[in-house]
Amino acid sequence: MTLALRTAGRAALFGTMIALAACSSPSRFGADGAGFGGAGAMQPGSASDPASPLYFQQTVGDRVLFAVDQSTLDTQSRLVLDGQANWLAANPDYTAVIEGHADEQGTREYNLALGARRANAVQEYLVARGIDANRLRVVSYGKERPLELCSDEACYAKNRRAVTVLAAGLSG
Amino acid sequence: MQRLLSLLCCLALLALGAVPGQAQQQSGPLRIEITEGVIEPLPFALPSFVAETAGAQDLADQISRVVAADLVGTGLFREIPQTAFISSLTSFASPVQFADWRAINAQALIAGAVALGSGGRLTVKFRLYDVFAGQEMGDGLQFDGTQEGWRRMAHKVADVVYSRITGEGPYFDSRVVFVAETGTKGERKKRLAIMDYDGFGASYLTDSATIVLAPRFSPTGDRVLYTSYETGFPRIYLLDVANVGRRELPIPAGEMAFSPRFSPDARTVVFSLTQGGNTDIWRMDLNGANPQRLTNAPSIETAPSFSPDGSQIVFESDRSGTQQLYIMPATGGEARRISFGQGRYGSPVWSPRGDLIAFTKQSKGRFHIGVMRLDGSEERLLTASFLDESPSWAPNGRVIMFTRETQGAGGMASLYSVDISGRNLKRVRTETGASDPAWSPLLP
Repeated sequence: MTLALRTAGRAALFGTMIALAACSSPSRFGADGAGFGGAGAMQPGSASDPASPLYFQQTVGDRVLFAVDQSTLDTQSRLVLDGQANWLAANPDYTAVIEGHADEQGTREYNLALGARRANAVQEYLVARGIDANRLRVVSYGKERPLELCSDEACYAKNRRAVTVLAAGLSG
Repeated sequence: MQRLLSLLCCLALLALGAVPGQAQQQSGPLRIEITEGVIEPLPFALPSFVAETAGAQDLADQISRVVAADLVGTGLFREIPQTAFISSLTSFASPVQFADWRAINAQALIAGAVALGSGGRLTVKFRLYDVFAGQEMGDGLQFDGTQEGWRRMAHKVADVVYSRITGEGPYFDSRVVFVAETGTKGERKKRLAIMDYDGFGASYLTDSATIVLAPRFSPTGDRVLYTSYETGFPRIYLLDVANVGRRELPIPAGEMAFSPRFSPDARTVVFSLTQGGNTDIWRMDLNGANPQRLTNAPSIETAPSFSPDGSQIVFESDRSGTQQLYIMPATGGEARRISFGQGRYGSPVWSPRGDLIAFTKQSKGRFHIGVMRLDGSEERLLTASFLDESPSWAPNGRVIMFTRETQGAGGMASLYSVDISGRNLKRVRTETGASDPAWSPLLP
């Protein structure tokens, strides 16, 4: 509950900041860091522009990680998602697809279902933070799209993730 | 002949670990040696089939090689090299000199002939002999087809030989649909592909534009259900093997639909549907009519597979806290847990014979393919590796094909097969990486 109050304050500050920034509107922004360019100083659309998807990816944080076989959000994840909720509230032209992923230590079907649980946990959290559910879609890739390729816990920990991928415009 | 038959049936049973103690007194030439579960393969002689028309010898040789490869590939047979032959067969009609085949310890002799007719017509005929009984085993058979179908005709010959000698159902004349994989682990390209059971004659059914997963044959082998991200979200598609046409199945509202499988009467599809992050099992008609929810729990219910009579469904669920296997009526209702060992159990598949469930097991950081009876008893792990999964049954319910993936950044998936005794583990030939095999029924 204290968390919610603190976030509300941050959201207000955040909102005034990005109201000054122009909004670029590419159709979709790749997950997992695809398309990062050189970030110029306060260039609209650059990583230093708080209304830019790059800022969302790099500064707000577009992903949260999960424990083995779990879909619960820890404190760190909630902080990241609070930031995502604030950003989405301040940038209502964006929709998002939340992509749930699992590490390779599981069967294909189970991991698809597990990734869906993770994506859904993020969606529910963002909705509880005031984001319209119609702006958020979820999808699971199971273990089909690992980010890190080694077969150790160091990689698995980064692959057990839910990534909020921004898109412009209302979802159909 | 009777003795060969009964002893070989016995061999088959022992190979499956089914009835120890039935290895009766064995004496004379057909001795079956069992040492720590290793069975001495049955030696057979297969002289190149006789060409009965001009220009058919190459084809006759090729057909003979495929028949021999099928039999040897089971691990139950051993081919005697032609260089050891004393006799030759120059005519399909000439009498067999059994003494000459006995002398090289051939216990079975396969004699065949090939004829090419006009318009690419191909005729293959063969006889199977019990050498030590000195007589034919079953009647000679003749298959008629086209020259381009020569591999299938060879598989049919081998199927008859295998079935007569082991007493098991045939499975060589069958195909496998699977996911062909290229590219690095992080950006893997996946396409549906189909091939003969032995890896020959592969062709692609989809392009690599989108992720495709877990194809499943219809009971007649002419259609395939699979999961695709074509729309950006997992949905179920129905593909016609002959013309490669496909359509998306209409599904009840939900984020994802996946893990589809046909009912034995081909009218119904059972699948997983995710709604609000929760995955349950549903069934509906192939045209999308009569959707019916079969499970209703906050846990993950997925990987459903029908019993051969269509009355029950085996599936996996983590309702107990970990992935385990359950069986429920095909219309839904109370499920009974059948897996109780250490570890996690997933991707169950009902044997086409109805007697066993194949599954993937995760235990102590290893993956296994295993089988168990319908009540969970007699669990037997057939394989062990970094990652084995997604078993599929041969049409005779005696061999299982599955995915094996190697670890690390260079990890790659391949198809393997193993028989249900755990013997004869081998890689299935594919040109690219491969996963999620689904074995067809025996071809018509």
